[in-house]
Amino acid sequence: MPHPRRFLGAIIPVIAVCLWLVPGLVRADYRFGFQRPVTDAAEKLLELHNLILLACLGVFVIVFGVVLYSVIAHRKGRGYKAARFHDNLVLEIAWAAIPFVIVIGMAVPSTMTLLELSDAGGPDMTVKITAYQWKWKYEYPEYDIGFFSSLATPRAQLDNQAAKGAHYLLEVDNAVVLPVDRKIRIVLTAADVIHSWWVPALGVKQDAVPGFIVETRVRIDEPGTYRGQCAELCGLGHGYMPIVVEAVSQEDFGKWVGQRKSKPAVAPPVATAGSRGGP
Amino acid sequence: MATKHSSAHPGGVGRWLSTVNHKDVGSLHLWFAGAMFFVGGALALVIRAELFQPGTQWLDPLFFNQLASLHALIMIFGVVVPAYLGLASWQIPLMIGAPDMALPRLNAWGFWLLPFAFVLLLAGLLLPGPNGPPATGWTLYPPLVLQGGAGTDFAVLALELVSISAVIGAMNVAATVLNLRAPGMALTRAPFFAWAWLVTALMLLAVTPVLAGAGALLLADRHLGTQFFDAAGGGDPRLWQHLFWFFGHPATYILILPAFGIASQIIPTFARKPLFGRVSMMYATVAIALLALISWGSHMYVAGLPLAGRLFFMFTAMLIAVPMGVVVFNWVATIWRGSLSFETPMLFALAFVLVFTLGGMSGLMLALAPLNIQYHDSYFVVAHFHTMLAAGALFAVLGGVYYWLPKWTGRMYDERLGRWHFWLSLLGFGLAFLPQHFLGLAGMPRRIPDYALAFAEFNMLSTVGAFILGLAQILFLVMVARTIRGGRRAEDRVWEGAEGLEWTLSSPPPYHSFTSPPKLR
Repeated sequence: MPHPRRFLGAIIPVIAVCLWLVPGLVRADYRFGFQRPVTDAAEKLLELHNLILLACLGVFVIVFGVVLYSVIAHRKGRGYKAARFHDNLVLEIAWAAIPFVIVIGMAVPSTMTLLELSDAGGPDMTVKITAYQWKWKYEYPEYDIGFFSSLATPRAQLDNQAAKGAHYLLEVDNAVVLPVDRKIRIVLTAADVIHSWWVPALGVKQDAVPGFIVETRVRIDEPGTYRGQCAELCGLGHGYMPIVVEAVSQEDFGKWVGQRKSKPAVAPPVATAGSRGGP
Repeated sequence: MATKHSSAHPGGVGRWLSTVNHKDVGSLHLWFAGAMFFVGGALALVIRAELFQPGTQWLDPLFFNQLASLHALIMIFGVVVPAYLGLASWQIPLMIGAPDMALPRLNAWGFWLLPFAFVLLLAGLLLPGPNGPPATGWTLYPPLVLQGGAGTDFAVLALELVSISAVIGAMNVAATVLNLRAPGMALTRAPFFAWAWLVTALMLLAVTPVLAGAGALLLADRHLGTQFFDAAGGGDPRLWQHLFWFFGHPATYILILPAFGIASQIIPTFARKPLFGRVSMMYATVAIALLALISWGSHMYVAGLPLAGRLFFMFTAMLIAVPMGVVVFNWVATIWRGSLSFETPMLFALAFVLVFTLGGMSGLMLALAPLNIQYHDSYFVVAHFHTMLAAGALFAVLGGVYYWLPKWTGRMYDERLGRWHFWLSLLGFGLAFLPQHFLGLAGMPRRIPDYALAFAEFNMLSTVGAFILGLAQILFLVMVARTIRGGRRAEDRVWEGAEGLEWTLSSPPPYHSFTSPPKLR
């Protein structure tokens, strides 16, 4: 029988590490759920998520509670004698009926949300996104604008040579600028491998597949800067191709279009970690 | 034909190289799975150490991707599947009163493919840069996988070997359970572990050849100039996803059904009460298998499936929650009003039931096509499948080893060591993987070597948890070594509440057992 002190020897360093972590962990600004939604779609997803999460936690708490009660009350150590039942047709039908009802209860709002999100009515404008290893190209066919957008975080921050900025790994040289309150058709494709355009606050994630064009819609409710990342593993720069959406009023969007038009169609790549092909 | 079996067999290394005995082949599988578990676990700790803080610590991103891919391939194909096969080879003949597996030589061949497969897979590490192991994750999506070098070919060939091994193992289990049950043991009365493995075997036979075939297409694309997966030549990268997930989605259930079997042996033993609703359990496992075969698209919601496709795969994937519910509620009903005691196997089995319920819930959430927009390819997915595998399958296998080790060795393990191992594993699991749910919901993509500052705290916790979980497994190794070197003598019926043919044999059982069929009560 090993002496408990030997285990204490192993546990104490673990406890020490935990204590050392505590100050940072207590100060931290935790986020346990979705980012604040700024589109109708993201809002619907958040509502659905809250509903489903509540139902799932409810089921888990009930199962856990029953097992816990049994573990406390039905112990051999307290002299509890085992019952011998092992079949009950009514109960077993209920075992299937209960999850079936829960599944239907989840399938109905999910289907409705999916149908609402799939509404492909006429868009007000189109943005074409082409994914590259490891940057995004944004084109506005109606305005004859196009540019690349790649990671702007300086290399030194990646290598721990400089203090990391507030938007470490989530900042780009050229943000994609979109007007609020306009239904925007996003057309996605990729030049090399599969990527995925994910901006959580917009409730949009769509794979960009080389050789194919996939569409999605977005309508942003309020101006602001929304950040996301490539979600499909696309090679060594996968962690280094962020997405920054600048949502602006339609007035400001008009001004931005005017400014952009006087610039070259495709901005020359800026030397950052992202455009040099990742670290 | 001579049917007299000699109990004489070569000793030393010769025994292990030449054996076709189900107990020896089972041990080989289990030792192999154990060794790979520590290799795959070490890779996980290297990855978690890199992710302890934001910034690049010491892993270059390409190498990070390669290690993550190796970790997944090793844990799935080198640990969980061989461990299940080892438990099957050891236990199924003992539990159904058979002298051996139906096809003993195939059993040995199935095992001996594995060391070659994993030497081949790991050999990629000797090649530099992009020629090393695949950097694509275990899903090997083209066109990215087409950019890989020789190490990618090694990995695909290793998967072909593993596929052959899995098909051989599955055939053998199916043939054994269907044909070698003791006279009078109806299939519906067979131990639930044997039934769950039979369903698993049939699933493996249905889908593993598809993986092997898809792997061959991939190699053809890489070397023979075909264009199955390359749009430039008229192919479709998503064809691979369909083929892969036709295998991969059922594979997620293949990785958990034998765990159902293990838990369903352990829980009645320590509840001193028969398994509740065994017939509905059997129907439920079959329903899970059938639904799993038609819901692969639930991994492709954001890949551009048409609306009708997303709806179909959402409904089929969600429906799996119904038989899953039957299984979980049956376990709870088995526990209910039992006479419970909490030896280490029972601790692991109870924890398995709870983490499986937790993972089942996140799995159900992932099945919802609209919400998948936010969950897909995020850390929520990582948290979900690690709950199912790094806690679920792992806890079930560990529970099974604690449960049967006294039977195999004839010696009792150290209960106190077992409890330390259990509680540290549970603590490590919780710290490592619960925070990953929140990371995913907050927007952290999976498979990234570095992350934004908002994700720093939970990643730190996760790394601490991963190290606790990893280091706790050293206790497991110590426990096994001490048990083999000499624990207290185990009785034939090791556990007071144990029922079944394996407990009628001596501990350890003779080298050849049930050479004549046992009489059932």
